[in-house]
Amino acid sequence: MKNLILTTAALALTAGIAMADTVRMGTEGAYPPYNFINDAGEIDGFEREVGDELCKRAGLECEWVKNDWDSIIPNLVSGNYDTIIAGMSITNERDEVIDFTQDYYPPTASAYVAASDGVDVTSGVVAAQTATIQAGHVAASGATLVEFATPEETLAAVRNGEADAVLADRDYLVPLVEESGGELVFIGDPVPLGGGVGMGLRESDGELRGKFDAAITSMKADGSLNEMLIKWFGEGIGTYAADGSVVTN
Amino acid sequence: MFSYCADPDTLGTFRWFSCYLTNGVHWSFYLSFIKVLALLAVTAPVALGFGFAGAMAARSHFPPLSWLGKAYIAIVRGVPDIAFFLFFVIALDQGFEWIRHKILCPDWTDPIRQGNDFLVCQAAKMPLGTSPEWVHETYGFFLAVITFSIVFGAFAANVLFGGMRAVPHAQLETAEAYGMTRRQTFWRILVPQMWVYALPGLSNLWMVLIKATPLLFLLGVEDIVYWARELGGTKTSRFTQYPHGDWRMWYFLFLLIFYLGMTRFSEIGLEKLMRRLSHGQATSGGELLRKETTA
Repeated sequence: MKNLILTTAALALTAGIAMADTVRMGTEGAYPPYNFINDAGEIDGFEREVGDELCKRAGLECEWVKNDWDSIIPNLVSGNYDTIIAGMSITNERDEVIDFTQDYYPPTASAYVAASDGVDVTSGVVAAQTATIQAGHVAASGATLVEFATPEETLAAVRNGEADAVLADRDYLVPLVEESGGELVFIGDPVPLGGGVGMGLRESDGELRGKFDAAITSMKADGSLNEMLIKWFGEGIGTYAADGSVVTN
Repeated sequence: MFSYCADPDTLGTFRWFSCYLTNGVHWSFYLSFIKVLALLAVTAPVALGFGFAGAMAARSHFPPLSWLGKAYIAIVRGVPDIAFFLFFVIALDQGFEWIRHKILCPDWTDPIRQGNDFLVCQAAKMPLGTSPEWVHETYGFFLAVITFSIVFGAFAANVLFGGMRAVPHAQLETAEAYGMTRRQTFWRILVPQMWVYALPGLSNLWMVLIKATPLLFLLGVEDIVYWARELGGTKTSRFTQYPHGDWRMWYFLFLLIFYLGMTRFSEIGLEKLMRRLSHGQATSGGELLRKETTA
């Protein structure tokens, strides 16, 4: 009996400690291969795998939460979840509102995709997702920007002729272009944008940021991050050397 | 779901769809219909309650209460829904947490607002950071019900306020002549008669409420429109066993049928209710019913 009480007490105590470390990970769930909803209805993708591994290394209990892209930053700062891990590029504008960990995905190449070869992307109508670095780039390039709430809609706009081209992360576009059967084509060279993809955290959450930073460093050092990058994005992806510098392949 | 679903590529059309339509994401889609119906079932009476309270306050003879009622109706009706749903909910959630913080963590010295961040102690979190996901989802649903009720309650208050004023004054004077108090006149004479005047306006509100449910996703509750967009979007074979093109049109067509069905269903119900309420009323509808029964 005494043993029973002791073990339950110990269990309750350890459970309490483990529970106290629950970190809620906010993501969009609509941006394969970074994050998406799989056939079983669960969050899946590169970031799911990286995030789970980071939590394991940092000794944290993690739980995944879906949130609309438009309100993903307001909900972080108001404390509805603790991190954003949603293919979010590190930019100065965002850095003023939230903090980023170091990048776990090297600076991204964005690319233009159109329905035919001869499109001029500096004067035509170009679609991009709202509040992304691509939208900022299009607005600055002289083309007419049309914004959509989800990446899916930006591509649909090109398909139905509403926009001449779309600017998005190249990795998001590659599988779609491959399977379009020649309907969609890449235009011009990839455009390097942003400072890589990092996890977003509240500015006041320095401790948690330190833990994730250390975990990312250790994943870069032992090459496990590279494995995941290649698994989800293919051989052509930039990887990290053991000291954390970017290697282009 | 079915044993033959392990390798969908090899299946014929019918079997492929039987697997596709019963996979995990589709169950989430079907569940969201229940969520939306539950939201309607809970919100409608609560909003009507808010509306009734608002209308009662607005026609009160005690000036501050009347100002309060009128201010509620005017302010909430004036603010755009989407602004209300984006900011009010976050403010409401922070309000709850702020109160809990003051009660539960009196020794906390750090400021709650640090730059953009809103920080309360762990024990004051709503729901607790350690709660399982379903608690978070229920809490989100609860916030949605409150927000919808406040917004639609303001519109309902205005409709009921108008309904109360439309009751023929002679009825109230007669009640007074019989020696009824103001309270008795209100509950026994005014309230039973006002519904027939308020119902057309309320039925409009109900229709708008049915179609306003996509706003749920702003509150983090995954509703039918979210899932239709998500499921209908192009799927490439790298990330799913069921690749398909842009099928959003078909999913939205299904939603269209659902919404039209809801509308038709509501119309039938509201018509029956109107008929019931018109019995014995001094309105043209009531007169028609009287003639039917005497003829």
